[in-house]
Amino acid sequence: MAGNRAASIDPDSLSWYEATARQRVLALTDPGSFREFLPPTERRMSPHLPLFDLPRAFDDGIVVGRARLDGAPILIAAQEGRFMGGAFGEVHGAKLVGLLRAALELKPTAVLILFDTGGVRLQEANAGETAIAETMRAIVDARAAGIPVIGLIGGRAGCYGGGGLIAGTCSRLAVSEGGRISVSGPEVIETNKGAEEFDSRDRALVWRTMGGKHRRLTGGADAFCADTISAFRKAALALVGRAPAFDLQTLEAEQARLEARIDQFGDCRDAADVWARLGVNDPESVPAMDTGAFDETVARSPEADHDAR
Amino acid sequence: MTLAEILASLFPQGHAVAVRDGLVTGTGPFAGGQMHVVGVDGDTPLGVDGALVLSRVVLDAVRAGDRAPILVAVDSDSQRMSRRDELLGLNECLAHLAKAILLADRSGHPTIGLIYGHSAAGAFIATALATRVLAALPGANPSVMDLPSVARVTKLPLDKLKDMAKSTPVFAPGLDNMVATGAVHVVLEPNLSLEGQIRALIDGMRAGDVRDRLGEERGGRPVARAIAAAIADQARLG
Repeated sequence: MAGNRAASIDPDSLSWYEATARQRVLALTDPGSFREFLPPTERRMSPHLPLFDLPRAFDDGIVVGRARLDGAPILIAAQEGRFMGGAFGEVHGAKLVGLLRAALELKPTAVLILFDTGGVRLQEANAGETAIAETMRAIVDARAAGIPVIGLIGGRAGCYGGGGLIAGTCSRLAVSEGGRISVSGPEVIETNKGAEEFDSRDRALVWRTMGGKHRRLTGGADAFCADTISAFRKAALALVGRAPAFDLQTLEAEQARLEARIDQFGDCRDAADVWARLGVNDPESVPAMDTGAFDETVARSPEADHDAR
Repeated sequence: MTLAEILASLFPQGHAVAVRDGLVTGTGPFAGGQMHVVGVDGDTPLGVDGALVLSRVVLDAVRAGDRAPILVAVDSDSQRMSRRDELLGLNECLAHLAKAILLADRSGHPTIGLIYGHSAAGAFIATALATRVLAALPGANPSVMDLPSVARVTKLPLDKLKDMAKSTPVFAPGLDNMVATGAVHVVLEPNLSLEGQIRALIDGMRAGDVRDRLGEERGGRPVARAIAAAIADQARLG
């Protein structure tokens, strides 16, 4: 199925956060280059949601296919956060697994995963959880074969639960301010441990603890983007060229990096304490910084850039 | 079976496996060489600190290059749910542990998961689900989320969910359902030697990820294998 970029999609002005999964794919990739696998016309829907009297989507909330990025062949997957919170169900997960397995044969320049997910779809929890494990194995196989797997995170559902673990398995991550990366979501922590542990209604706390700026400053992500499609395209192009190998050396470096992080910041209560210890002059100003000012702050953070992922 | 009983059956000549703060590490003599053991015991939640303890042991084994089997034994809670863990990048630490286990597998260490109690969510994905073959003992209770929590999120009455759980393995907690989806390859026989059963599992290991095929055969994940295969087919067509 040919995907021609609609005239209304301008990558410079379209918000990543507001865009649909399809808009992101079409505006991110070279015009006219996207071909979808198992497109909605094939109606491969969830076999399980009717049991819960829930509506289904013809694509089960994920778009996968091939495209070109600056002329180079890539495989691409994009989760639709508006459908079931972008969560992993059986079909949704299997589409991503199939795409990553195909990468081993096709040897694309990169695989891009546009995360927008709350994690496992509870109505299909066992299938979703297993698919996440399969996805992580398939990413490792692709990386070990020399294929960079790049995650882009800036959607309204964030990147939570098993999605956060998959993100941590990727070669590189680009994130915008709105992109949150975490395992337990704010509501999950509050429900299980109380509002004293995490007040999920405190949005500023959510952004500080899980948001793109904190992840970028501490090396949890490798690029920080303004909330436009063109910013994510530029970041993806840059990251493809500097993906770390998947080997013992990389993982030993990651082990050292994460141990050092816990040694250095393990007693911090708040992200602002972490930023202060990183040498940020005015940590309270970080949430309000524009992209330019934030980039300058990142450049001074000793934790931000590394090959240990 | 308790962890002590498991280790006694697996290593009849004795072992050097210890539990500290709910984290299991050590080695035992196995098949003329040794076996590494890592894991989580006592329904302990897995946070950033514990994940890095376990990943270090796994990476040390890979660096040693002995290609010895690595057993990942699990009776855990879910991931540790806290502000501190998320602030420190729990997703990176859990993914790092899973990557270490996957690297070990690629580096010639047979990796075997053994779930003998509870496990859930991120802790399960980072440990037992990252192994090549996942075995269980009767009484194990893997889950993604318990039914009362599912009821809260899905806004369905608990009684209705309990009824649905009887006929639909795809969402309900429990070992039988995780076997049906293919995540758990086999349930071991506790009255027979675990040493022999684990040896047989290692000898029978196959390349590739067979979990979606198992899920199709067992009916717990009816379409995943076909969907993944169809994607790969369409990708090949160009």
